[in-house]
Amino acid sequence: MSRRTWAAWGAGAAVFAALALLPRWIGSDYLLSLAISVLMYGVLASAWALFSGPTRYVSLATVAFFGVGAYTTAVLGEVLPWAGVLAAALALGVAMALVVGLATLRLSGVYFVIFSFGLAELVKQLVTWWEVNVTQEIGRYVFVDITQQDIYWQLLALLALVLALRALIDRTRLGLALRVIGEDETVAVHVGIDTTVAKVLLFTLSAAFMTLAGAVMAPRWTYIDPSIAFAPVISFQTLIMALLGGAGALLGPLLGAVPLVLLFELLSAHFPNHFSILLGGVFMVIVYLVPRGLIGLWRRRSRP
Amino acid sequence: MNLVDVLLAGATLGGLYALVAMGLTLQYGVARIMNLSYGEFLIAPAFLAYVLVVQHGASPLAVLVLALPLGFALQWAVYQLLLTPLVRRTGAGPQLEVDSILATFGLLFVVQGVMLVAFGGNYHSYGYLSVPVQVLGSTVAANRLLVLLVALGLGAGLYLLLTRTRIGTVVRAVAVAPRFAPLVGIDVRRTAALAFGLGGALVAACGVLVSMFLPFSATMGTMFAMKALIVVIMGGVGNLMGCLLAGLLLGFAETLVASFVDPGLTLAVNYALFLLVLLLRPAGLFGRAAR
Repeated sequence: MSRRTWAAWGAGAAVFAALALLPRWIGSDYLLSLAISVLMYGVLASAWALFSGPTRYVSLATVAFFGVGAYTTAVLGEVLPWAGVLAAALALGVAMALVVGLATLRLSGVYFVIFSFGLAELVKQLVTWWEVNVTQEIGRYVFVDITQQDIYWQLLALLALVLALRALIDRTRLGLALRVIGEDETVAVHVGIDTTVAKVLLFTLSAAFMTLAGAVMAPRWTYIDPSIAFAPVISFQTLIMALLGGAGALLGPLLGAVPLVLLFELLSAHFPNHFSILLGGVFMVIVYLVPRGLIGLWRRRSRP
Repeated sequence: MNLVDVLLAGATLGGLYALVAMGLTLQYGVARIMNLSYGEFLIAPAFLAYVLVVQHGASPLAVLVLALPLGFALQWAVYQLLLTPLVRRTGAGPQLEVDSILATFGLLFVVQGVMLVAFGGNYHSYGYLSVPVQVLGSTVAANRLLVLLVALGLGAGLYLLLTRTRIGTVVRAVAVAPRFAPLVGIDVRRTAALAFGLGGALVAACGVLVSMFLPFSATMGTMFAMKALIVVIMGGVGNLMGCLLAGLLLGFAETLVASFVDPGLTLAVNYALFLLVLLLRPAGLFGRAAR
């Protein structure tokens, strides 16, 4: 690695170390919970872009994995130690992603989008049905000995991991393979890339982070039911945050997550009924005004 | 529930799904743009009917006649104003697909949001022709029969329009060979806009029909769009007859599961069916997409 790369890694590590110290002097609970929201969507959007950024597959299955993670915590939180809960969530997410990935990644374009949306809804319906008919109660309380600060640090660690992983993958042959798939899948097959392995591998990695994020976030709600844990809006927000920032760049999703979380927070406090219109508006703005994301906009400015 | 009940309920629901899906298959088959906001343009006319019937005492059938041209104009404008710039910018290709998905998603949320602000999230309905009628020894509400009849009429009308008129031939030509249609003097973009409008007219009519016999809410559009998609893909994109069969299939499957297995599972069955079809027969149950 060159000196510049070392400098970038050093700077990244320093920023994360500084962020880790942040809860020490954030006095108010409100600010801390806001920071947690930013981190949660930062992790989700970065994990989403890990797979969808280079390959350009638009996935709406984010919340399927996120919700499975959250439910793992709700079900196993009191039975297993915290590390065990996370390991169980990770295993579940990976298993589900492998099955789904192997079955679906031959779909592309709009079929994949709709499939991933349908998948999230299917999982939600099945969990609902299970809770109504088997456990006889809808909704669960999450009693785990995890504080807000713990959630903050764990999400921060996840974010650092997902960013580092993406930076590493970008430099390998796998990263190159993914970019070729994103440009033209037929060409990728013809130059000898095993597209299935590359896609399933990345899809699973990205799903693993989403599941873990769900497991970590569950204690914050204390009460969850399927419509909270599997809210489709989480998928949509993740998608637009990643796209607004620019899913192709390492820090793009984060760049989109920070302003949008703050914007949604601000507006949902003042205009709770207009959230949907706002969400749609942001979609439109992205498509018509910043199709390459904020990062793309900035890059075009800096080299005319 | 006896068998005739199930058959009639399944046929009404299935006929409606088929009709909703026909509009979508027309839009997607000709314009090659998946309109994810399609379901919202079903619910909006339903609310229009609700307002006109409840507050102004109009007849739902009159609203139906009004909804057809209105729906046409609306979707035609959506294509011309929102989607044409994307087609111009990206040409046809994967980027157009991603862009149009995002744009129609945006439209979905905006329209849904406006309806939520105007009407809230509750279910709405009005009573219309809810008198019982005896059919083959089973009791049905008259409005359901009316819906079935109108759906049949509209479906047949669309079929004749597409197969027996010059404009229908043009639409089918673009659906079959969008790149060669210009060679015989067809304006592809205008035809695509026309197909969008036709789909819009159909879905608006479906919205009014839905309002006659089902309670509906502002957030139900996504569910209808999803079901229409299931039917379109099952029937094969652009295949009207496939739409009819797949729609009926879905209607019967849903009714059967709801009456004999567990009503809580209908949606799950829907999605499972859909995912299976997508995986196993992405070209549709009936082979390659026909015209």
